[in-house]
Amino acid sequence: MKTLVINGVSHQVEAPDDMPLLWVLRDILGMTGTKYGCGIAQCGACTVHLGDEAVRACQTTMDMIDSQPITTIEGAAANSIGAKVQAAWLEKEVVQCGYCQSGQIMSAIALLSSNPKPSDAEIDDAMAGNICRCGTYVRIREAIHAAASA
Amino acid sequence: MIKNLHSRRGFLKGTALATGGILLSLQLPDAGRTRAALAASGPSPFVPNAFVKIDDQGVTLIMPHTEVGQGIYTSSAMMMAEELELDLDQVKVEAAPPDMSKYMDPNLYDQATGGSMSTRSDWMRLRQAAAAARIMMVSAAAARWKVDPSTLKVERGIIRNPAASQQLTYAEIAPDAATQPVPKDIKLKAPSQFRLIGTRAKRVDTAAKVNGSVLYGIDIRQPGMKIATLALAPVKGGKVASMDEAACRATPGVLDIVKSGDDAVAVIGEHMWAAKQGLEALALTWDNGVNGKVTLDTIVAKMDEASKTQGVVIRNDKNAQAAIDKAATKLSAVYQSPFLSHSPLEPLNCTLHIRADGAELWVGTQVPVRAQKAVADATGLAPEKVVVHNQLMGGAFGRRLDIDSIEIAAKLLKDIRYPVKMVWTREQDMTHDYYRPYYYDRVAAGLDASGKLVGRTHRVTGSSIYARWAAAAFKNGIDPDAVDGAAETPYDEDAVFTDYVRQEPDGMNTSWWRGVGPTHNVFVIESFVDEMAAASKQDPLEFRRKMLSRNPRALAVLNLAAEKAGWGQKLAAGHGRGISLQFAFGSYLAHILEIEVGKDNMIRLLRSVIAVDCGITINPDTVLAQMQGGMIFGLSAAMFNRITLTDGAVDQTNFDTYRVMRINEVPKIEVYQIHNNEAPGGVGEAATAAAAGALANAIFAATGNRIRSLPLADALGA
Repeated sequence: MKTLVINGVSHQVEAPDDMPLLWVLRDILGMTGTKYGCGIAQCGACTVHLGDEAVRACQTTMDMIDSQPITTIEGAAANSIGAKVQAAWLEKEVVQCGYCQSGQIMSAIALLSSNPKPSDAEIDDAMAGNICRCGTYVRIREAIHAAASA
Repeated sequence: MIKNLHSRRGFLKGTALATGGILLSLQLPDAGRTRAALAASGPSPFVPNAFVKIDDQGVTLIMPHTEVGQGIYTSSAMMMAEELELDLDQVKVEAAPPDMSKYMDPNLYDQATGGSMSTRSDWMRLRQAAAAARIMMVSAAAARWKVDPSTLKVERGIIRNPAASQQLTYAEIAPDAATQPVPKDIKLKAPSQFRLIGTRAKRVDTAAKVNGSVLYGIDIRQPGMKIATLALAPVKGGKVASMDEAACRATPGVLDIVKSGDDAVAVIGEHMWAAKQGLEALALTWDNGVNGKVTLDTIVAKMDEASKTQGVVIRNDKNAQAAIDKAATKLSAVYQSPFLSHSPLEPLNCTLHIRADGAELWVGTQVPVRAQKAVADATGLAPEKVVVHNQLMGGAFGRRLDIDSIEIAAKLLKDIRYPVKMVWTREQDMTHDYYRPYYYDRVAAGLDASGKLVGRTHRVTGSSIYARWAAAAFKNGIDPDAVDGAAETPYDEDAVFTDYVRQEPDGMNTSWWRGVGPTHNVFVIESFVDEMAAASKQDPLEFRRKMLSRNPRALAVLNLAAEKAGWGQKLAAGHGRGISLQFAFGSYLAHILEIEVGKDNMIRLLRSVIAVDCGITINPDTVLAQMQGGMIFGLSAAMFNRITLTDGAVDQTNFDTYRVMRINEVPKIEVYQIHNNEAPGGVGEAATAAAAGALANAIFAATGNRIRSLPLADALGA
């Protein structure tokens, strides 16, 4: 039994050490906002924050988590940057199918937390790990700039 | 082009006849039936037709087409809210249940979402359905107040009688409205009266998509539900040779192992991790069967051979071959377009709860009736005993027009009595796709001494998707999709010969992929038109312009794109611009792409300029989004993607080997729209079809290297 602090709430979880956080969130805790896309850290759909760092939940196994707080898309709005990013996503009408957007938003929040006014190149660097099959990249860039100046 | 559209409709019509002759334009059940329905279901839902439901909870619009990200829920809701005199914040949208009698797409002859058809199919019927509902409610209010309905005003769902300061909400009048006669002659608003259509209204489906609360099929949870994942024979036709069931069952969290035939095995677990671990522990080995030696090369060799013999004639006007024989300049070439995977980011999945007397299916599907039938067939249940809960989709791109994943899940789970969510791993999804067919095109053309096109031939060789997916539409050996864009081009040309050779690939399933027939044919035609310009030393833009005397809308988009792209302005060394022009999905589109090819042959996409005329526009921001996204989808494939096989099995297993364009690789995209009140054209796939040709032509402009085989980054050897 392990205690995970997710979006400020403690959860007692019984899961094997090698089980990725992705499946703990989705299948044990029922927090389905974090998405499965590839399982090999190629697509970024499962991006969450472990402490202040954006990580791929598909590669973050239970034994890698100590006491760091975990933030998922469901808790993103609690942080002022997260709320700005979500608002910018809607204002710029970024979303199409939306499946990748939990991960995109979590990556964008991590970027803006460490770099409040990123350039296009810095956005590209920070966001290149997140695939969008609908091709919303142009608007993701616009929305990050909008959130940065909000 | 008109001829082509008509003939295509003709083909499609055959589908409907084969599936029972279902005809539908607009479902407006008579008031008597509505009253009966009302009596049965308690107080006050007003259900004037298949698309509108009004009760004390408000107005619900039933969506005949499914939301895959293209924004159809928003466009459909806008069309209906316009006639209902509501705003989008006043309506709820709901996926239609499987019901061909109500929700068949009248152009696709199936309850299906595809072919960039939704707005075209719904433009009249949804507005009529909404207007009928409004008219009945206004009539009911007029009857209650004993006034002439034409004296009443409606705004935001409130009916007002200005003469007496009376007002009623839709919810208040709905019970009365159900007893009103269904209007016969419905007068729709003229475009000049639109207050919602044509605006950048906000999407109705996105608020829940930015906070994690939205549910896709893969997010379904049911009480007592378990999770399964599967392994399919890596080679089509292969069979399980051995598996270690004991090791699998010993894996913590594994609950059961289920099989279907000899080629599908699934492990059910407490969670996906247990199911995955259990499947690994099974240590499956396979007998590969007859396709065990298939490679991409063996498939292409057969296509090359097949393409040497004349196929079924699609178009034969004015002896094109004789014109080419006499021409001053003769060209011929072979173009090849690869197998492609759909790879929507949400892997295939569905949740089934099968009981002795019925079943429930939760799935995101583009074809709900087929999905229902798949479960019925696998379980022996009557279709009406299978309840389908259609879900939002995490992309589809055509993949969810097939129901193989539902069929397999139902076969695997038919004896399991608790709910199970069957989730494909990305690896199973990518290696067991129904791929965009490989096409092998032989083209030839002749130009006279003045550089004018005098004759063109085009033989398309490839799989017929229609023959499998809608057999009735595959008539006389002609697949109307495989040749869409090959026989009819935007250009003035009289001497044209087009034929089609059906050649099914060994060991590969094929299906619709975003952009369908035009994606491959526009690449071929637009590349070859560029070759003609180069062979006669003409500017690619001028060469095209001269051939558009009969096609003013195509000329207009071409001119607009050229002006905005700065065609003719000098470019830096290593830079090139390429054009692609098309009429497809009922829309005109010109694309000019500027790129840079580095000394290392690396391609950088710099600027994509799109001019589009899609007729009357429901939501210009949706058009913009589809242009941006469709272009990136097409460029991603044109740059990087092809599916290959080794020993009968697909080589690409995940996004590490099937590269998807990322944010740092996309060009600047500019979209210019020509606004008019022509009938609406489709936009979901148009830009995808315009990607590869412009890219190939830009590479030629930059390097002098004519590449006739996709993907282009591979072909350049970068």
